[in-house]
Amino acid sequence: MTPFVEHAGTAVPLDRAHVDTDAIIPARFLTSISRSGFEAHLFDGWRFLDRAVPGTPADGRPLNLDFVLNLPRHHAATILLARENFGCGSSREHAVWAIQQYGLRVVIAPSFGDIFYQNSLKSGLLPVRLPEAVMDVLFDAVQADSATAITVDLPSQTVAIGNGPRYGFEMDTERKHQLINGLDDIGLTLAVVEEIRAFQAGHWARFPWLAERL
Amino acid sequence: MKTLYQKIWDTHAFAGAPDGSCLLYIDRHLLNEVSSPQAFDGLRDAGRAPWNSGACLAIADHNVPTANRAAGIADPLSRAQVAALAGNAAQYDITFLGPDDARQGIEHVVGPELGATLPGITLVCGDSHTSTHGAFACLAFGIGTSEVEHVLATQTLRTRPMKTMLVRIDGTLGAGVTAKDVILSLIGRIGTGGATGHAIEYAGSAIRGLSMEGRMTICNMSIEAGARAGLIAVDDTTIDYVRSRPYAPSGAAWTQAEAYWRGLVSDPGAEFDRVISLDAAAIVPQVSWGTSPGMVVAVDGRVPDPDAETDAGRRESQWRALRYMGLTPHTPVTEIALDKVFIGSCTNSRIEDLRAAAAVVRGRRKAASVRLAMVVPGSTQVKLQAEREGLDRDFLAAGFEWRDSGCSMCMAMNDDRLSPGERCASTSNRNFEGRQGSGGRTHLVSPAMAAAAAIAGRFVDVRDWTLEDAR
Ligand code: SF4
Repeated sequence: MTPFVEHAGTAVPLDRAHVDTDAIIPARFLTSISRSGFEAHLFDGWRFLDRAVPGTPADGRPLNLDFVLNLPRHHAATILLARENFGCGSSREHAVWAIQQYGLRVVIAPSFGDIFYQNSLKSGLLPVRLPEAVMDVLFDAVQADSATAITVDLPSQTVAIGNGPRYGFEMDTERKHQLINGLDDIGLTLAVVEEIRAFQAGHWARFPWLAERL
Repeated sequence: MKTLYQKIWDTHAFAGAPDGSCLLYIDRHLLNEVSSPQAFDGLRDAGRAPWNSGACLAIADHNVPTANRAAGIADPLSRAQVAALAGNAAQYDITFLGPDDARQGIEHVVGPELGATLPGITLVCGDSHTSTHGAFACLAFGIGTSEVEHVLATQTLRTRPMKTMLVRIDGTLGAGVTAKDVILSLIGRIGTGGATGHAIEYAGSAIRGLSMEGRMTICNMSIEAGARAGLIAVDDTTIDYVRSRPYAPSGAAWTQAEAYWRGLVSDPGAEFDRVISLDAAAIVPQVSWGTSPGMVVAVDGRVPDPDAETDAGRRESQWRALRYMGLTPHTPVTEIALDKVFIGSCTNSRIEDLRAAAAVVRGRRKAASVRLAMVVPGSTQVKLQAEREGLDRDFLAAGFEWRDSGCSMCMAMNDDRLSPGERCASTSNRNFEGRQGSGGRTHLVSPAMAAAAAIAGRFVDVRDWTLEDAR
């Protein structure tokens, strides 16, 4: 995983609550067995006016010019601002990949769907939770001036608006350590392989029917 | 004094870290064609192999066609995805239930049916509706592809305990009111983010009175309330369902297991982070009117008026939902006409669901204005059972289509989908924009309500429906 330490950029304000993973990437684009190429269909139903089959390049498709991601002033944005319960719905990690592959590095929202939040951490997309009131400040700043620079600093767990106010956010220490160092999750777990083996042996001794294979 | 959740957590968590996270040992892992290919690739690329292929069960369900299955999958991408699952399962010695297997079906229907789902276990799957299995007093939750890879490689997940919520539903459900109406009204009450970060335990006399099918319907939609897991304590109903399932223990192991399982209940006085109570007698059949599962109304109610909402954000999202759904405020729900009806999905495709729907359509005809009414059994075994009971003939005689099992129009990954603007009464779990096909409009209801809507061509209050009339 690519390490995440600090990121500075501009933001695109997606002013909707409960954005679900079906909206982030509709199911018909999940038939790929690869991990790449999902950016073309990020927010497909909202970004485009036509209905495309998987694999259709985004270039040349008719754009919904009312959708915030399509506004020229937000084209360079690398941070997504969203409202409560962002990424609710299905467990599809493709939603995280689509956001990342589109060029976004951070999503800031008051709350996230649980699985989406986990998936983001695993893939190196930083999900930042900030209170509603702070989100309002961020939305206002970006809506007033799309060039507003936002700096997200993971070591100090802060989000700064331009040279102005800084806001702290919470993050698991373990996760933070992994993100900053770009550590491989599975490698870390397998470092305690003997502990897992010992646990399993005790578990199966206690619940022998669980040792049977499916 | 422990909650059921804590009991299961305590028997599976180890290797605690200073930040409170633990490794959680995973007993059973279901795999589907959509969320697993990249996990298997990651495993291979890193030169790793599954920790225990015997803990895994691979099932093709999301993409499989529900008609003319013998002809194979027409869409090359979907075909490749199912082939990838078959190939990965073969390479790593994982049992694979392909489209032609007699045990195939939606993973959340098949797991319990085969006894892969057992009380007291941890069960994960790269699918959010894994919460379904919690009806068996196990800790079951959905994970993303990276975590699928992690579980494959290590048989564990690094995680921290969820918060706990008790939803107590006492009393008796009225005639025509089902588990689906219970869970929809709960979501309507607490909202789609209402249980974020929590595992919900459902308890109370109304829950005790439900069959395992009904309990699964409720746990299934825990995710729509924002929870990752739903749980229901073990009782005779649980034990009777599990007994003699193919993968359930037998003989002495059964006796030992049953004795353990009987203790899988929350201790009296155990504390939950949050407690909610519902009165079963007050629950009426529900219909969703918007684009989020929390946007529900009673069947005898009206489409709400967003302008009555004081919060500006909620008002705007309600207006957006109404525009998408093509509905006007104050319209009586029973005046909403349907184009299609879908009875299926891991929420409501089990034998009891099909019996309830068949009882409504028996001897009647689908309204001519309903272009398609389809029944998609949750598994091949459910389909065969229904055919033994003659339910297929009831549906076919009423003008319904009788299909092979799979996810189908729940998420429209195969050929079953809505066209833009089409309105559908659906027994599935999500009414998000485009969920059943881009531009499609979904109303979530119970199987009996969906069946009645197909006959009437619009929503009707199934409590007014006399089942004897048509005989
Ligand atoms: S039936 Fe629907 S909700 Fe259930 S697993 Fe399939 S796609 Fe997901």
